[in-house]
Amino acid sequence: MSDPKAHVVIVGAGHAGGTLAALLRQYGHEGAITLIGEEPIAPYQRPPLSKAWLKGEADADSLALRPLEFYAENNIDFRPSLRVTGLDRAAKTAALSDGSSIGYDVLTIATGARPIVLPIPGVDLDGVLYLRTAADAEKLKAAIGPGRRLAIVGGGYIGLEAAASARALGAEAVVIEREPRLLARVACEQLSSFFQAYHEAKGVRFVLGASVTTINGVGGKVSGVTLSDGSTPACDAALLGVGAAPNDELAVDAGLETARGVVVDLEARTSDPSIFAIGDVAHRPMPIYERMFRLESVPNALEQAKQVACAITGRPAPAGEVPWFWSDQYDLKLQIAGVPFDADQILVRGDPATAKFAVFHLKGDRVQAVEAVNSPPEFMAGRMLILNRRPVSIAKLADSTVSMKEVAA
Amino acid sequence: MPKITYIEHDGTEHVVDVKTGLSVMEGAVKHNVPGIDADCGGACACATCHVYVDEAWREKTGSPSAMEESMLDFAENVEPSSRLSCQIKVTDELEGLVIRMPENQH
Repeated sequence: MSDPKAHVVIVGAGHAGGTLAALLRQYGHEGAITLIGEEPIAPYQRPPLSKAWLKGEADADSLALRPLEFYAENNIDFRPSLRVTGLDRAAKTAALSDGSSIGYDVLTIATGARPIVLPIPGVDLDGVLYLRTAADAEKLKAAIGPGRRLAIVGGGYIGLEAAASARALGAEAVVIEREPRLLARVACEQLSSFFQAYHEAKGVRFVLGASVTTINGVGGKVSGVTLSDGSTPACDAALLGVGAAPNDELAVDAGLETARGVVVDLEARTSDPSIFAIGDVAHRPMPIYERMFRLESVPNALEQAKQVACAITGRPAPAGEVPWFWSDQYDLKLQIAGVPFDADQILVRGDPATAKFAVFHLKGDRVQAVEAVNSPPEFMAGRMLILNRRPVSIAKLADSTVSMKEVAA
Repeated sequence: MPKITYIEHDGTEHVVDVKTGLSVMEGAVKHNVPGIDADCGGACACATCHVYVDEAWREKTGSPSAMEESMLDFAENVEPSSRLSCQIKVTDELEGLVIRMPENQH
């Protein structure tokens, strides 16, 4: 199915799309490459937007995946500020927001996901913020500083990283979470309570088990929020971090198979053999866990970009990877490998009181996932154990005096 | 801008001018030099920017932090000259630096 001269059109110039364009050239693809992005700037890294960049420790140049010249130098037609509005799969053309259209031999949907907008009054007030794009991050950065009050709706990773950065910059932060604990959707209870205590010690306030019913404003600007418990904390800005939805409308409209995202196979190919989908928008097979899932992470975007680049250039498919995630908050480095599907036991290795511990999610004697705080060996060895599906000695794993090398041996 | 030579596992050489202040990893990625994946973008979280630093350059590139060392401990094909290239900052002192890449990053 590979065609070295194929015109590859990449819809979406995020981490996934930008990486695919570069990999295609790296792997020697000779055909034309068109990279279409809605944002005005070249592909960049989003993770630092809530971390190093927000705190002023990284500049815009360092965010860019590659310098702007890279695209012209590598004969990649990068077209910013442009959207694909529809696909004609029979004619193999894509309609563009400037009224023109473009033909393709192979098309890749890398349109990502977008922040969920809460259906509550006040969401269109000035000072209601999201954190997805560099433009979003600019607004957030301008809103936090000494003495400013930030309300964060949603106690997930975006919310917690923003809270950590807000505190580092001297702003007040209150996090409002609908569930009774933080990170409810993505992490175990032990980790939730650890992060809550750590943030509280840094001055972050939490309201758990409460939702925001209204964002209040004065003169069109955010002045506070009303919560389901009746309280009305005041704030100067409200950051909404309540999850993301896949931008899969293009695929739905084109009649491609979708579930929670665009359904793809192990090559990241959709139900149309000429169309791939990668990154946050893809609903992909996860062979280790024998199921389909949509992952929102950079490593997932890179893995799928590699799959597509290999498929298009006729390289052997890359080896399967264990999904992984990371988060930096204060001096904490959280590294997560795997997803705790079907886990029947949770084992804590190390002592959370020392801010250096790991939580292993086990299914029988197999590791399904590991959440490691300031514990790279647990993360690295855990990732290996998940990939190899090897049984592990629970007694050794629980004993932090036994090295992870020995546990994984 | 210091010149850095990146040598792929198969011997292919890439000589690149890298801006000071960037990391050795960023120098490779921004110029599309193959062999350094850098999944995490430089957060010392993934060990997919593993390189070998030529003996002559060990002192100038400094020694790995405890975090970096424990990540390297679990990387494949680790040698005494192994480093994570995201943790080596490019300075004028590194003019002529030679970096070799392992066969793969996983």
